[in-house]
Amino acid sequence: MSVYLTIDGKTIEAAPGATLIDVAADNGVYIPSLCYMRGKPCLGTCRVCSVKVNGNLMAACTVKVAAGMEVAVDDAEAADFRNALVEINFSEGNHNCPSCEKSGRCELQAVGYELGMVASRFPYRFAKRSREDAARHFFLERDRCIFCQRCVEFVRDEETGRKIFSIDARGWKAEIVIDVALADRMTGERAAEVAEMCPVGCIIEKGRGYDDPIGKRKYEIKSLRQRVLDGETA
Amino acid sequence: MSRRSEADTTFAHDLPATPMDPDAMAAREDKIQVAMIALCGCWGCTLSLLDMDENLLALLQKVNINRSSFTDIKKIPVRSAIGFVEGGVANEENIETLEHFRENCDVLIAVGACAIWGGVPAMRNMTPLAGCLREAYVDSVTRPLEQPPTIPYHPDIPRITKQVYPLHEVVKIDYFIPGCPPGAQVIRKVLDDLVNGRPFGIPAAINRYD
Ligand code: SF4
Ligand code: SF4
Ligand code: SF4
Repeated sequence: MSVYLTIDGKTIEAAPGATLIDVAADNGVYIPSLCYMRGKPCLGTCRVCSVKVNGNLMAACTVKVAAGMEVAVDDAEAADFRNALVEINFSEGNHNCPSCEKSGRCELQAVGYELGMVASRFPYRFAKRSREDAARHFFLERDRCIFCQRCVEFVRDEETGRKIFSIDARGWKAEIVIDVALADRMTGERAAEVAEMCPVGCIIEKGRGYDDPIGKRKYEIKSLRQRVLDGETA
Repeated sequence: MSRRSEADTTFAHDLPATPMDPDAMAAREDKIQVAMIALCGCWGCTLSLLDMDENLLALLQKVNINRSSFTDIKKIPVRSAIGFVEGGVANEENIETLEHFRENCDVLIAVGACAIWGGVPAMRNMTPLAGCLREAYVDSVTRPLEQPPTIPYHPDIPRITKQVYPLHEVVKIDYFIPGCPPGAQVIRKVLDDLVNGRPFGIPAAINRYD
């Protein structure tokens, strides 16, 4: 049994209970997001996938489709809301892309490009956050963290099932912390996956550096939009 | 130390100059006037404009670049349609120059990471100014050892601001071209759109922050 909903006025057939952000992608409608990873549970932290559902702003990764739902992605208010959320991340942390190893592979940067962002409307804060290099595989460049919580929820010690990353403190004092002893038990391959999962250049894999030349980096080879529309996990 | 009196000061733009060829001047008059400057930047963005190579010739059919580092004209000589500003605001002179641009240009474009949010020079925003000056002039291993450590201070040297500021925190900015530097094709797209009356826009395929 399928349900019928509309996205930007177009009638779409979907499986009941499917996630709206996936249904949109499968029907050629790109909805940006920074925390959602297709195939994994919804985190709902970044709100960048906000669209209008029956007139109300909702994060598309948190919405299960239902019959008769009217979804507006191409809506001025929703688009401005998404843009503002992306821009605030650039103001909140320090994003000097030319000196960032993640540049060209960074989802925050790629979403900025997709939304046509040229500058942030919010004052740049120049936040002072400590760096850390204690773990065997990782640097933590905390002033780039956007608190998506992917590392908190999706990275666990294989043996004990314990979390390796967590968020310490709240508000402007919040910072990501790493359990170094557990993190050091990871294999190099797993560590590479974890660094790749961080949507920004906060969890950086030691020894990788700027290995892909400009023009041949991840989102230059294939854009973030195209990856999402092809059903890939960004 | 006292500020030198105005009577002792001669500005380059007040010096006698060879009159321009009237035909060349007439040909420029109808063109769209563009003024350019670098504030606290590295001139990389300005160089990137030159990277548009032969496309620059097509653009120059429509525009005339007046005040700029290429022409060595020090003040904006006529009201200009477009002001192209690279670099952020890091001292008093930057503020004065930026205000001169705002007063004399219809549209101001912030070009590059430095102009948009401070860029590389804004790395000093993480440290109090006194610490930056001490690092550069007192504790620096490359300072001249034969003289006592001195932080330069003279009325003729513009005082530096406590932080490096984006242009739009000082004057109104109409358009932004990100990148460090923006690629020549992006600069070309924006200028070409503006001089041909098309709306501003940077497609994802060429938008870059590095
Ligand atoms: S994390 Fe992304 S947006 Fe931030 S500096 Fe690095 S590449 Fe740029
Ligand atoms: S470190 Fe990376 S993955 Fe973890 S919360 Fe910050 S941005 Fe998200
Ligand atoms: S944005 Fe980059 S290239 Fe342009 S002036 Fe600043 S440092 Fe130089």
